[in-house]
Amino acid sequence: MSQRTLPLLIINLGGEMIYILDQRLRAQDDNDDKTQRGRWTDDDRKRVMNDIVATMFNKAFLEELLRPQDLYSHRALRTVLTRLAHASIMRLNQASMDKLYDLMTMAFKYQIVLCPRPKDLLLITFNHTDTIKELVKDNPSLVNQINEAQRQLIEVYTPLSDGDFELIRHTLLVLFQDMQIRVSIFLKEKIQNPNGHFVLQTSGPVPYGFEVPGLIRYFNAKGQEVRRTRFPSGGNYTSALRQGSFDLSGDRVTILGTNMYNTPSSQEMDPSTTSNSTRKQKQADTTPNPLATEELNLLAKLMGGMEVQKILNVDTGFKVNLLALDQEEEGIGISEGTAHESSRVINIQATQDQIASTELARIAGEFDEGGSLTEGPGNKGDDLLAMMDEL
Amino acid sequence: MSKMYHKEKSIQLKSSASALYNNLSVLRIAPRCITYFTVVHANVVNMVSASWDGLNYSHRQLQSKEGNVATSSSLIMQAAWCVLPSRDLLVLTSQKGIQMYESDGSIMVYWHALDTPETPTAKAVFARGIAAVREKYICVGVSSGSVLVFDVPSKGSNITLSEVLEEHKEAITDMASECSGNLECIADLVSADDSGLLCVWKSGEDFQLLNKIPGFDTSCSSVKLWKGTVIAGYGTGQIRLYEGVTGILLAEVNAHARWIYSLDIAPFTGLIEHMYNECVTDTQICGARFCDGDGYAFAVTGYDLSEIIRYTQA
Repeated sequence: MSQRTLPLLIINLGGEMIYILDQRLRAQDDNDDKTQRGRWTDDDRKRVMNDIVATMFNKAFLEELLRPQDLYSHRALRTVLTRLAHASIMRLNQASMDKLYDLMTMAFKYQIVLCPRPKDLLLITFNHTDTIKELVKDNPSLVNQINEAQRQLIEVYTPLSDGDFELIRHTLLVLFQDMQIRVSIFLKEKIQNPNGHFVLQTSGPVPYGFEVPGLIRYFNAKGQEVRRTRFPSGGNYTSALRQGSFDLSGDRVTILGTNMYNTPSSQEMDPSTTSNSTRKQKQADTTPNPLATEELNLLAKLMGGMEVQKILNVDTGFKVNLLALDQEEEGIGISEGTAHESSRVINIQATQDQIASTELARIAGEFDEGGSLTEGPGNKGDDLLAMMDEL
Repeated sequence: MSKMYHKEKSIQLKSSASALYNNLSVLRIAPRCITYFTVVHANVVNMVSASWDGLNYSHRQLQSKEGNVATSSSLIMQAAWCVLPSRDLLVLTSQKGIQMYESDGSIMVYWHALDTPETPTAKAVFARGIAAVREKYICVGVSSGSVLVFDVPSKGSNITLSEVLEEHKEAITDMASECSGNLECIADLVSADDSGLLCVWKSGEDFQLLNKIPGFDTSCSSVKLWKGTVIAGYGTGQIRLYEGVTGILLAEVNAHARWIYSLDIAPFTGLIEHMYNECVTDTQICGARFCDGDGYAFAVTGYDLSEIIRYTQA
């Protein structure tokens, strides 16, 4: 459909991924689970963030993204994002990567669905780049790289019409059609319903350039208004706020695309403040989803503990619990299809990095050499992947 | 006197509705006491026929095909019935071209391929905007802004492209023909595009442009023509009513707080006043149609929703 969708997709999804990984690595630092080997220090976290951001905003990588082209399939997309996540010393096993992918796609889907005007997709993208810049602000050359990327986005996207943006939005919505994965943080914040659909408010400010609904004006042949009537709009709307800035920096006005994992509620989920009473309360609130628990049980049986490796050298891997649904550690609560907080620890034995890289290599091996365009969902993006390997 | 509508039993769909403009088409077949509904899901069209007694539903799915070759998926932009005096045709528009089927979707009678460039350009290519005009024309819009006029015989597949109208510069969003049944109306067709421009036409061997009504930098996503009045829904949530031939603005409604996706009128009512509003909780509506000419019932579809929600007057 729209040939201009891919850059927005990768940058926004990549941005969500960075938010999640950053939050998890910070939580890791606070975690005092003595059973873990290989603590993630703040320096480690910064290193991972810098490496991932450097890859994502690499000039050649972006040039490839900005070339007019069709959107990638989910499979190709996931491979690119997996490579991105593995741009540094951190490794995620397949199951963790799956959950990460689910969470970041649902987060971006939420932003697209709620996007008030199609052009605001660009503001959402800029919220991501702004926040990422903030995360790596100690690294001036990286900040420059991001600024350069943003200039290119401004150049490509500001001339587009509302209709063009609506087509981009539609292309993204086709990709995310029927994805109804329930995410704990969304359910908790009441932005998602138990059936997986997002909550759409019928109140609040109208988008910029809109009028508050409820008015009919009648005109005569000379163009003069001759009558006005009002009707109930069915919602509770107020006038538009100011327009968000489409410049390199500025107030974007919308909060879509900002780091929701930094909100106070996620602070409350910080392990150090967790108490027994809070846990019990959460257990009482949630309604168990037997089917999801079954799936988790099976997953647990098959795989053991879900962990992440920190690579210092290939021989010794440091295992870190990145995405555990642990009772001691609330974390983000990335749960697939369930709001059942009292789920047991998913003890999935870490897949060794060798296996993880073999996995990727296997996937990569399925692509054509030389990036020739043959039919098949796995072939899109092989140029991109080849380039990422060289970074 | 304003009448209330209440929600009826929904019709289940085989797959959910895509977030496209005007993503619901309704065909009422009185002799058989059934109503057909079509809803687009990516590269598939879901057709449901519902008997009026509410007891029988049957489903059919049409996949977007390019001629006889089943190639990789081509996204469908719109599906709509074209009601002509002698026959009803179901028209599908996609990234690859235009397909026309017999009204029950059983046989494809015509296929028109769009010119697609060898290498992808920045501009997307697709067809969108479908209208049946007078006795024998079916008009379809294209992303380049062209409007293709097809000459349709009373039966058979000898459909030909008779004219290409080049007035719009932006992608066509929707098209509508005069729906009041009044043969004295001068204007037969209105076309709308992404810049909000409306073109009003008179049909014939050569279509004649009667008027161009400029937009105000926002897309016009949905349009209707009734007794010479153009009713247009815009990306700013507004609905505007224009006198088609003169372009005079008759009324402006601040109707919605979001981009309008679909608009419909019940041709036999003659009302232009607010009667009723309803909120479909947590659903982004993409298709809205009256199920009959009197406006007794209407139906809506929503993104990611696998059902058609219906309302009837109490």
